[in-house]
Amino acid sequence: MEKLIEILENLHEGIDYETCDTLIDDGILDSLDIVTLITDINDAFDVAIPPEEILPENFNSAKALWELIERLDNI
Amino acid sequence: MNFASFGFLAFLAILTLVYFLVPKKVQWIVLLVGSVVFYAFAGFVGFFFLLFAIVISFVTVQILGKRQAALKKYLEDTKETLTKDERKAYRAKHKNGSLLVVCIGILLLTASLVYVKYLSGFINSSLSFGSGAISFGSLAIEVMGISYYTFISIGYMIDVYREKAAVERNFFRHALFVSFFPQLAMGPISRYADTGEQLKATHSFDAKESWCGLLRILWGFFKKLVVADAIAPTIGYIVSEKLGGIYFILLCLFYSIRIYGDFTGGIDIVLGSAQILGIKLPENFNRPFSSKSTAEYWNRWHMTMGNWFTNYIFYPLSLTKSMQKLSKWGRAKLGVGIGKRLPVYTATIITWLATGLWHGFAWNFVVWGLLNGVVILISQELNPLYEKFRARFPKLWHSAPYQSFMAVRTFLLMSLIRVFDCYCDVPLTFDRFFSTFYTFNIGEIFNGGLLELNVSLTQYIVIAVGIVVMMIVSRLSIKKPLRETLWEKPVLGNAIMALLCIAILVFGSYGLGFDASAFIYGGTFN
Repeated sequence: MEKLIEILENLHEGIDYETCDTLIDDGILDSLDIVTLITDINDAFDVAIPPEEILPENFNSAKALWELIERLDNI
Repeated sequence: MNFASFGFLAFLAILTLVYFLVPKKVQWIVLLVGSVVFYAFAGFVGFFFLLFAIVISFVTVQILGKRQAALKKYLEDTKETLTKDERKAYRAKHKNGSLLVVCIGILLLTASLVYVKYLSGFINSSLSFGSGAISFGSLAIEVMGISYYTFISIGYMIDVYREKAAVERNFFRHALFVSFFPQLAMGPISRYADTGEQLKATHSFDAKESWCGLLRILWGFFKKLVVADAIAPTIGYIVSEKLGGIYFILLCLFYSIRIYGDFTGGIDIVLGSAQILGIKLPENFNRPFSSKSTAEYWNRWHMTMGNWFTNYIFYPLSLTKSMQKLSKWGRAKLGVGIGKRLPVYTATIITWLATGLWHGFAWNFVVWGLLNGVVILISQELNPLYEKFRARFPKLWHSAPYQSFMAVRTFLLMSLIRVFDCYCDVPLTFDRFFSTFYTFNIGEIFNGGLLELNVSLTQYIVIAVGIVVMMIVSRLSIKKPLRETLWEKPVLGNAIMALLCIAILVFGSYGLGFDASAFIYGGTFN
């Protein structure tokens, strides 16, 4: 989780990723950020996030994103 | 059938009456028959293409559904006997088979779209774009809405492949989802999650929904007939006379106003019509001219198209193995920063190129698409600079003048890019653009030049009042649509509805206050 927060902070500074749960709804992450994020996650965790998992509920918070990574890793 | 006509209103009135009078369980059949009748007005050739899209998407999703059920059963049956890796490998192999099925479906529908657009695209290159879609030319009529129902069908096939949408087993219900008449002409490009279940559900007459729907239709007519069509002669004149200097700037502004009134007005008619029937179609616009950046603009303008391209082209493309390889290659050869950007930037440019081509097979659309992509990427690169500026001057950044400056800047930039639609000639557009640097004729417009553009002073005043009204309504609709606020104040609401009717009848492009011969809509510019 810490590593994920670090990746997110590299993308946009000044956001409290521990508590923020509107990363998509509030337009903090746009489509370009999402692809960069997925590439970084792939590198860091060796998990490929497929396009069908790019849903607001999976990207709205660091917690949701972490759950997605764990889920995909366990398939 | 032209939306902005009494014929359409009569059609909608009869359909609504029948829809709420028949037993609820057959309401969807009324909608299907209505959609067929609506489409029949566009001719039989077009009908064939629509049927083709319905059949291909239906067959594809049936096969995908059966394959998914078979996979589920196999994995269930072999739960105890196969290892995790074996199950994973089987699932991947099975998914490749399904991918092939969905690719064949996409290929067939894309081929039919390309075929039609190549045939009529060069002649009527703005076929599927705002103005072109609301009033159809003789060639466009044969392929009405092909861009929209093709994209709706492709989106549905992909959603079923991704297991994000249910498989519709009933052919006729599927046909209704693809061909629901309000969205056939100019969108929105709905997804199964938006309308699939709604079209199957039963609907009771709801006074509020019907009143709000009717008000929205009238508001759409106002935007289209009082503002957009009224400003059209000016645009046609500036383009046909190849006027430069200040007139080019006027063209950019006027065309933005026209396309806004035309397209958002058309969508208001579409969404209002569906609302009367109890169907909520997805919104296509969200105060686009208040955007502070190009990227934000594209999240507010033609939203369903933007979402379609993002979900079905941009994401899959940027996440392909080839793109990931490109990224790795970039990191090794060109540095981490560039390597990380490569897939995103390549996919952005390709997506915008595709968006341009979707609007029409012509160079002006290619350049339009590429320019949008390039501007978005430049903004992306400038972001760290903006962030620094924001951190250094937070008060200034959040002040109303600076926020307005950003909105005006975005509006002007988008107006400039959009003007490629007008000339349909790339070198000429650039030539006229550069003329603003050496033709200083600003004085002309104050010396009567403005009145020589096929629009009289009275008409300018009507248009200006129309623009102010549109701005006020947009401002008052930030929290919730103004029509919903008005519903709670019936006297004021009904008075405004009556005023809108009078304004449309008196000042509309066919109204008493206008000389119909002055309008060249569908001529030089369509």
